[in-house]
Amino acid sequence: MKLELHIWRQAGPNIKGYFEGHTLDDLDEHMSVPEMLDHLNTKIIKSGGNPVAFESDCREGICGQCGFVINGDVHSPNKGTTTCQTHLRSFQDGQTLYLEPFRAGAFPIKKDLVIDRSAFDRIIQAGGYIGVNTGQAAEANTLLINHELAEKAFDAAACIGCGACVATCKNASAMLFTSAKVNHLSMLPQGKPEASNRVKNMVAQMDMEGFGSCSATGACEVVCPQGITMTNIAEMNSRWLWQNLK
Amino acid sequence: MLDSRIPDGPLEDKWQKYKAHAQLINPANRRNYKIIVVGTGLAGASSAASLAELGFQVEVFTFHDSARRAHSVAAQGGVNAAKDYKNDGDSVWRMFYDTLKGGDFRAREANVYRLAECSMALIDQAVAQGVPFAREYSGYLSNRSFGGVQVSRTFYARGQTGQQLLLGAYQALMRQNAGSNLTLHTRHEMLDVITLNGEAKGVTIRNLDTGELTSHHCDALLLATGGYGKIYYLSTLAMNCNATAIWRAHRKGAFMAAPSWTQFHPTSLPQLGDYQSKLTLMSESLRNDGRIWVPKLVNEKRAPKDIPEAERDYYLERRYPSFGNLAPRDISSRAAKERIDAGHGVGPMKNAVYLDFKDALNRDGQPAIAQRYGNLFDMYQKITGMNAYKEPMMIAPAAHFSMGGLWVDYRLMSNLPGLFVLGEANFSDHGANRLGANSLLQSCVDGYFIAPSTVMDYLAEVGSAKSKKDATWEAAAALSKAEVSKRLEHLLKIKGNTTAEEFHKELGQILYVKCGLSRNQTDMEAAREALLALQKRFQKELLIPGNASEINFELEKAVRVEDYLEMAILIVEDALQRKESCGAHFRQEYQTEDGEALRNDEDFKYVSAWEYKGDNQYALHKEHLNFEFVELKSRSYK
Ligand SMILES: Cc1cc2nc3c(=O)[nH]c(=O)nc-3n(C[C@H](O)[C@H](O)[C@H](O)COP(=O)(O)OP(=O)(O)OC[C@H]3O[C@@H](n4cnc5c(N)ncnc54)[C@H](O)[C@@H]3O)c2cc1C
Ligand code: FES
Repeated sequence: MKLELHIWRQAGPNIKGYFEGHTLDDLDEHMSVPEMLDHLNTKIIKSGGNPVAFESDCREGICGQCGFVINGDVHSPNKGTTTCQTHLRSFQDGQTLYLEPFRAGAFPIKKDLVIDRSAFDRIIQAGGYIGVNTGQAAEANTLLINHELAEKAFDAAACIGCGACVATCKNASAMLFTSAKVNHLSMLPQGKPEASNRVKNMVAQMDMEGFGSCSATGACEVVCPQGITMTNIAEMNSRWLWQNLK
Repeated sequence: MLDSRIPDGPLEDKWQKYKAHAQLINPANRRNYKIIVVGTGLAGASSAASLAELGFQVEVFTFHDSARRAHSVAAQGGVNAAKDYKNDGDSVWRMFYDTLKGGDFRAREANVYRLAECSMALIDQAVAQGVPFAREYSGYLSNRSFGGVQVSRTFYARGQTGQQLLLGAYQALMRQNAGSNLTLHTRHEMLDVITLNGEAKGVTIRNLDTGELTSHHCDALLLATGGYGKIYYLSTLAMNCNATAIWRAHRKGAFMAAPSWTQFHPTSLPQLGDYQSKLTLMSESLRNDGRIWVPKLVNEKRAPKDIPEAERDYYLERRYPSFGNLAPRDISSRAAKERIDAGHGVGPMKNAVYLDFKDALNRDGQPAIAQRYGNLFDMYQKITGMNAYKEPMMIAPAAHFSMGGLWVDYRLMSNLPGLFVLGEANFSDHGANRLGANSLLQSCVDGYFIAPSTVMDYLAEVGSAKSKKDATWEAAAALSKAEVSKRLEHLLKIKGNTTAEEFHKELGQILYVKCGLSRNQTDMEAAREALLALQKRFQKELLIPGNASEINFELEKAVRVEDYLEMAILIVEDALQRKESCGAHFRQEYQTEDGEALRNDEDFKYVSAWEYKGDNQYALHKEHLNFEFVELKSRSYK
């Protein structure tokens, strides 16, 4: 299988980037996108060049480390699929692919396809936890949580922190990410005592990081590899309003 | 002599007794002690957060760009606890016994008992953190069963239990990072342990974004750096999993225990081509409802649905009628390999077996199966393009979990005073084979419950002589930094024509074939020669682009592969000396007539602990295992 690649190259955070062309004609349709880049990098290195910097770790769609934009599609042409889970059979033989990093002001580019997503960690740090110290917990079954609620909490908790929602949003908003964590914790009885500070502090941190606002186009839920839905954003908005009214 | 420091007294009382006598440090004084934790997986994040909660000064390093990406995130199936919520006869004792037996009686009784004993508190802790475990309609926690046991003691969060537990620990860690007791450094890799008078007193760290090397002082060092199964190249581990932290500690004097005990997981997706970089695991919980079979005919050409029942060999049900498809991992993997080697393998490379849900789908209907395994079936479709509701999955064994690791005593401290090793990085609880859903547990129990108590005990013990960051320390730190710097420069200067990845693939191939699921003397001796030759070639032919003062993923890989190459030789050495079969270690020379493992308790009832002697030389120490509370039995799942 053959592909024409145009890959974003950028030596460092404040250096101008450009697309670099490569043609690969010995690909296998079952290769994943990172495996294709491994293959390309081996060739580049052996011919004395500078390999493409990109990140991936688990290569099974759960760690959230990978992710770039392929022909304008965040992560993948396949809906709700991470880059590492995208195989070349998703493309046409001979197709041209443009590979770029996720782009957002709050995710500065470090090198080539590698970005800095530490803003997400700072949002979690602002309140994305339940303040229980080791040893304080009560017997687990003294807290009953009905099946539907547990499932709903899981749906929100499933976020892998990849940043696709931000990358696809025209405003680079982090509302889907932030709301998923706010709701996961605040809908559970264990998370209720801190619910109002949590939403206030996490939203404040999100704004401080320079993420944009949400205009409810729903692009984020389409690319989310875990299928986290827009309803989370509405739910967080109402939590936020409530705590402000208090 | 290795002193495992197991408290005496009845098994049930040992941990309580230890805790009762462990020394404490006054809360106001704790901030005077500096603890370094390397790794932010379940073991690292949980220990770091718990120690910071106690008031110690904690500094945490991970090579990942976020603490949440540690490979604990990928665990699917679940976590065990002896809650006996099912009223199906579970107890701490039964869990202890299952684990010890599952490990083929090659683990310490006291450690295993403690693991079972602390299991319940972990579930409580995780629920309190908001981990959304599966629930019954009544609101109570739900359980399922896992390989190797006959009770249902596994707690799970759909197929993402590791992710949910890790997020709980990560959130606890970030909460502390916001406070004043803990500092987290991401994209920082530990490349050496700083030792002073044979004690661990710090680390040399490389900033992976800038290449800068820095020295960090501590009173206690905790390595929670995960497993090294990726040494086989194709494995269920993440691309960046590596042994560098534990290997560098080993070179500084820490003993490496049972490095050849690697578990091969029976339900991974098979390799499809040479380009492949990893093998994806399908949770073994699938074995609750899936039936494993191969065609009876060698070189079968028909599609699975066209093969009549009578021409299918449900080999696990046939060989192990009482455990059937839930036989432990080592046994299931070996049985698959046996059928594949005998020519019954399926799939394009004839390297797989079928995992068939036909009967479960007929019995329970597609919605019920989808609810239990929906995300796994979706994942299977994403990766293979095939629909497992319509045709059986194809699965194969893959390198997965390291039972081996740095040797630790009951306190989880290695023979280097001040160096603690937690989670998959240590050897402690799983013997020669780990039971499913026990290692998330072990990582959490080590981090939340054991280390906080034992590290404090150690610090209180050395208390008055608390290490100082004085001139002798500075000299040791400078030496370590100079060594690391020299090593990186040397690797960069080789400028050959082969990438680190290519060497890693070759290394993996040698180990898979000659020291993998089954081993024999002749093959392993050949492996040793091949590995020595590969190591030589690495030093001559390695090619790394770029330099050491920038983001350089190739340099990161090369360092890890260099360590893997050294470790592989010790793995073979370890497997060679153990002239018996036990757990995941199957020596072809030592088997019964019907192909079962033949253990030799008389001569091998010990854990090997290797001392580094330089230049691929090692000295063997033995920790003899005393079984005071159980009778050794040959492990039968028939
Ligand atoms: C695919 C898969 C599925 C699994 N499923 C289950 C399951 O269902 N149930 C179960 O009980 N177990 C399961 N396991 C096993 C279990 O997940 C692991 O044993 C456990 O999570 C290991 O946790 P850890 O904290 O020891 O290491 P990890 O989570 O691997 O963390 C290692 C940490 O160390 C850091 N690190 C490593 N080296 C360095 C260095 N030199 N410098 C700085 N940082 C470093 C990494 O960045 C990372 O933060 C599974 C394993 C795999 C691979
Ligand atoms: S590499 Fe882990 S999600 Fe893609």
